[in-house]
Amino acid sequence: MAVAAAPQEASLEEQRRWEGDLEELRGLVSERAVSGDTMLLNMGPHHPSTHGVLRLLLELDGEQIVTCLPDIGFLHTGIEKSIEDKSYEKAVPLTDRMDYLSPMSNNMAYAAAVEKLLDLDVPERAQIIRVTCLELARCASHLVWLGTHAIDMGAMSVLLYAFRERERILGMFEMLSGQRMMSSYIRPGGLWRDVPSDFLPTLKQFLNDFPYKVDDYEALLTKNPIWKDRSQGVGVVEPDVALAYGMTGPALRGSGVNWDLRKAQPYSGYETYDFNVPLGEHGDVYDRYLIRIHEFRESMKILQQAVARLERTPGPTRSENRKYCPPLRSELGQSMEAVIHHFKLWTYGYDAPDDEIYSAIESPRGEIGCYIHGTGANKPRRVHFKTPSFMHISALPVISQGYLLADMVAIIGSVDIVLGDCDR
Amino acid sequence: MGVSEKLGNLGVVTTTVEQAVNWARTGAMWPLLFGLACCAIEYMSSQASSYDLSRFGMELNRATPRQADLLIVSGRLTRKMAPVVRQLYDQMAEPKWVISMGDCASCGGVYNNYAIVQGVDEIIPVDVYIAGCPPRPEQLLHGILTLHEKVKGERIADWA
Repeated sequence: MAVAAAPQEASLEEQRRWEGDLEELRGLVSERAVSGDTMLLNMGPHHPSTHGVLRLLLELDGEQIVTCLPDIGFLHTGIEKSIEDKSYEKAVPLTDRMDYLSPMSNNMAYAAAVEKLLDLDVPERAQIIRVTCLELARCASHLVWLGTHAIDMGAMSVLLYAFRERERILGMFEMLSGQRMMSSYIRPGGLWRDVPSDFLPTLKQFLNDFPYKVDDYEALLTKNPIWKDRSQGVGVVEPDVALAYGMTGPALRGSGVNWDLRKAQPYSGYETYDFNVPLGEHGDVYDRYLIRIHEFRESMKILQQAVARLERTPGPTRSENRKYCPPLRSELGQSMEAVIHHFKLWTYGYDAPDDEIYSAIESPRGEIGCYIHGTGANKPRRVHFKTPSFMHISALPVISQGYLLADMVAIIGSVDIVLGDCDR
Repeated sequence: MGVSEKLGNLGVVTTTVEQAVNWARTGAMWPLLFGLACCAIEYMSSQASSYDLSRFGMELNRATPRQADLLIVSGRLTRKMAPVVRQLYDQMAEPKWVISMGDCASCGGVYNNYAIVQGVDEIIPVDVYIAGCPPRPEQLLHGILTLHEKVKGERIADWA
């Protein structure tokens, strides 16, 4: 559906609509598009390589991209507005469905913000399990990215390998929460429950196998000449541009900027784990690919340490503060106090202070931040999420300028956008 | 049956046009390469190694609606996206089928708000609904097999 080149035998009405469209675009695209020297091409919202329902209006000079206008909102779900009408605890399942490749990270961003608002403590064991979940979510998300990014660039088989391992991670999430994807496992004040007994053996088995699987992915891609041709020197982002557009996560670190919230503003005890933050040099698609591959290995390191700690750290997985955290199921049969708390927390919820806070964590895509403005009652006045995909889409025009149309697919894949994350 | 009893096995199968066509249609039903939200990820899982949708002749996703037989609406349908989905459906050639995958596509799911269309059946006809948020790949496979059963029961009189 090209918007330029008006149909030859357009009716008067069509002709008018046509001119109206172009009038709207005046100032956004170059004058050459208005005169017809360059072509306007519509990419999306139904396009397999836009990683969701993203529409890009591209102005092309031959095959070269002159302007790129992203059009977002095709997946706007009104999640932030819906949360305003829910008590704090009941908003957790909605946060799952924003960035649907790593629901655990969203849960964590929201839970961390609520905990900051309420000044709520989180037991140590819960923090270790949270780190475990977050790193597993990072691997699961990067695996989808790897498979789809490769398939976009023509390497069809990688997806099959990547999803093989992803199924194992989803299996572990199902053990924890009963759901493969939308786990709602990390909640304000801790976790839904402790890990089941068969979780740790499964995780250890996975940790034994996974490094070799990462070697397999690398064998398919890292030295592959076609892969290098398609990705090296493509979509170069200079560090200052990346910072100016608010890019975070692997897309920022690909440009060599050392900024990882796990190191810079540690949460959930990340400062006590030993791991490195991989950095790129050139800021191209290939570097961003290498960084995510290295992040698999760094996540493995963190997970190994977390497993060792989990084994020697017993204890509760939920805050003991019963004004904010519902009692365990097992307490309900024994304590009248527990029944009262249970009833109060699941019907009314709890009052949060009339205060505003912002807290952010490092999701697989970058900084996902949560802003909450309490009212003093049981529902927030405003909840806003600052999501990495939104920032990365806003940077797409400047990243893609001057590259070929075929490179656009590689660039979109390399900044790893999820439209649910962007539009919410 | 009757013929082979009288003449012996001639290497011939007798059937009706209806059955033969329906059998062919269920054997290679090409879905549209199209995803909206979370369910699309589970749809990808069903296509990938562990669940392997190609067992049912469906590994070939077509990126253009002109070549697709089946539209799997996987995910929440927003008001902004609804005209696009309707256009994709209109562009598909007959015969075409629609699976509404997941709660959001079936009835709006957890989102009863200003942004979400309360069920994709408000804009296009749906053959099979799959519950779940998101449905497991097994549920999607079950939905697809249910659709196959439905197609096998279609009558020649209804084609026109």
